[in-house]
Amino acid sequence: MFITRRIEFSASHVCANPALPDEENRRLFGDAANPYGHGHNYVVEVTLEGDPDPVSGMVLDLKELKAILNAQVVDSFDHRFLNKEVPPFDRTIPTVENIAIEIWNRIEPSLSRPPAKLHSVRVYETPNLYVDYFGDAR
Amino acid sequence: MIRVTRRYEFSASHRLHAAGLSDEENWRLYGKCNNPFGHGHNYVLEVSVRGPVDVRSGRAVDPAELDRLVGERVIQAFDHKNLNEQIEAFDRVVPTTENLGLLIHARLKQAWPSVFSGPWPQLEKVRIAETERNIFEVNETHSRQKS
Repeated sequence: MFITRRIEFSASHVCANPALPDEENRRLFGDAANPYGHGHNYVVEVTLEGDPDPVSGMVLDLKELKAILNAQVVDSFDHRFLNKEVPPFDRTIPTVENIAIEIWNRIEPSLSRPPAKLHSVRVYETPNLYVDYFGDAR
Repeated sequence: MIRVTRRYEFSASHRLHAAGLSDEENWRLYGKCNNPFGHGHNYVLEVSVRGPVDVRSGRAVDPAELDRLVGERVIQAFDHKNLNEQIEAFDRVVPTTENLGLLIHARLKQAWPSVFSGPWPQLEKVRIAETERNIFEVNETHSRQKS
């Protein structure tokens, strides 16, 4: 079965490739290229796949999942300027795609413990734009 | 590979009435949805695309390009319209949300290369909610089975 936990964080970012001229960044990213940054209330849904443990009846203890997500995502992303404060976004453009991949990379090692494994990371940048990442393999 | 989903809304009216059935049969089949004067919905459309993340832009799709395609092919065509009277495809088929989903998928698929000329991103699925309680999803396989 799948189990999903939802977390939220608020952060600012600039979407621009430093290697490109300003006009090209404006063309590619529009308002999101504003060099002063802008922010979003991000919503993240982390989905695990696994069978409930026969003793505990749980795929993964949700208290533990909450602690992992807080420690590895919320604590470092919430109320931060991603480009300036949250590596690798000093080098990687913090698009919603790259944010989802980075969250996957951060949490996957702690969450792939039998019987549970990480299935997907969904990140809403706004209610009208979201991405789903399933790891590199798919 | 990543999936990017964009959410849109449009409002339109329709009437469910199958040409091959009698008035009584239509009423029995569609109930209130068969009201001859029609009725409307705030449709919520989610368009999902799939592709690799481009190194230069950090994106799998330019949302502005997707908005332009969906805007031109779907929103401008359907928003504040009477689907039965003003959308040609519904001369022949009943504008159920099943058929509306298939039509939207086909329209996006047909215009796709004019906006996205490379191999990526690809259209993965469209999901359309007629109300919060009735939701329909069409992917490439469904679309091909239909045609």
